[in-house]
Amino acid sequence: MITKRIIPCLDVRNGRVVKGTNFEGIKDVADPVEMARLYNAAGADELVFYDITASFEGRALFTEILTRVASEIFIPLTVGGGIHTLEDFDRVLKCGADKVSVNSGALKNPNLIPAAAQRYGNQCVVLSADVKRVDGQFRVFAKGGREDTGRDALDWIAWAVDHGAGEVCLNSIDTDGVRNGFDLEMLGAVASRVSVPIIASGGAGKKEDFLELFGHKGIDAGLAAGIFHQKLLTIRELKEYLNKNGVEMRL
Amino acid sequence: MIAMVDYGVGNLFSLKSSLAHLGLEAVVTADPARLRAADRIILPGVGAFGDAMEKLTATGLVPVIKEEARKKPLLGICLGMQLLFEKSYEYGEHQGLGFVQGEVCPLEPDLKDPALKVPQIGWNALHILRDDPLFQYIQEGEYVYYVHSYYGRHCTASTLAVSDYSIPVTGVVRAGKVYGTQFHPEKSGDTGLRILKAFAEL
Repeated sequence: MITKRIIPCLDVRNGRVVKGTNFEGIKDVADPVEMARLYNAAGADELVFYDITASFEGRALFTEILTRVASEIFIPLTVGGGIHTLEDFDRVLKCGADKVSVNSGALKNPNLIPAAAQRYGNQCVVLSADVKRVDGQFRVFAKGGREDTGRDALDWIAWAVDHGAGEVCLNSIDTDGVRNGFDLEMLGAVASRVSVPIIASGGAGKKEDFLELFGHKGIDAGLAAGIFHQKLLTIRELKEYLNKNGVEMRL
Repeated sequence: MIAMVDYGVGNLFSLKSSLAHLGLEAVVTADPARLRAADRIILPGVGAFGDAMEKLTATGLVPVIKEEARKKPLLGICLGMQLLFEKSYEYGEHQGLGFVQGEVCPLEPDLKDPALKVPQIGWNALHILRDDPLFQYIQEGEYVYYVHSYYGRHCTASTLAVSDYSIPVTGVVRAGKVYGTQFHPEKSGDTGLRILKAFAEL
């Protein structure tokens, strides 16, 4: 039967992996190619790379790193960050990405989703949404979680899926970096609205958090960065633990 | 030399890289002479069946592929596997290459567990029904990576391996020298590399 997936996420700036807490206070961790090798060997089911560089030079460095990773690691690779146009899709797909994750670019220009789905297929388009509670409502935020769009997150995600997003990656700003467990309430609300695979992100602090996550219907994958980068938990150890507790894993 | 058929469908970066990683010589081509000269052929593919079949037909390579597949091993991957079938019901009814008896049908109406999602995206265990040289470097139950909404049906005679998605989903087919995998060996980690290595040694 299909397994649940464990996905480490690498935020890359100027050729290095970084990880923040509550999207602020970013600090350097390591070399992305080395880290990708390490995670692949440890049993990661996919890798996600977010390009958080703003400069042209940084962007060129990012695609160079992506090409190196894709030339030697043969598991699915998702790329996000700075995707605003079909040309951006093209640029990263040519360097070996399998899926492209859109966030702010799609909020600004929603038509990017159906256009990309038509050209590359729904399986290639991942909607990434940064979600935060505001006045008792789940709102979607733009620009790396800094800007409240005022839009209802559930409506936005449902629209994106109807128009071609083949997977949804949900980042809870409220639980991100806190390491106190995933945002199960928000994830559950989205899972009951859409039927495509859901990747949960934000809040993983220990292996029990993943067990609790996969106990909920409709969640297909767990994504985390800091706990893996700082070696608080290895992917191998996590997958063995989950498997022992009845969650099917690829070991 | 392995020839990967170039008909403008799908991203060949990973496939090219994985063959290079295995030290195999490979070329992406739409040239009939190179397909004839190659000692094996890979038919890749991502997207919709009708569109892909139309593009493949437009290259004029269909008769060449049909002729060469009698002489040398051919591997269809994902949509490339589905094209090997007689027909598909993806957005209408389309004729395929007809190497494999059976048809390509939507997964969703056939699933026994309605909570399962379509497309099937992720890693699933491959259960070997019939041993084959293609499996010489893998064990029963290894995980492979799938991304698909349609699957091969009524193809029992050709099915070598399946994965469980509340129904047995056709994972590997074979008809003579023609093979197909619904999953992506070039995205299935070491397991996938070992399947490609076995294909190169058939």
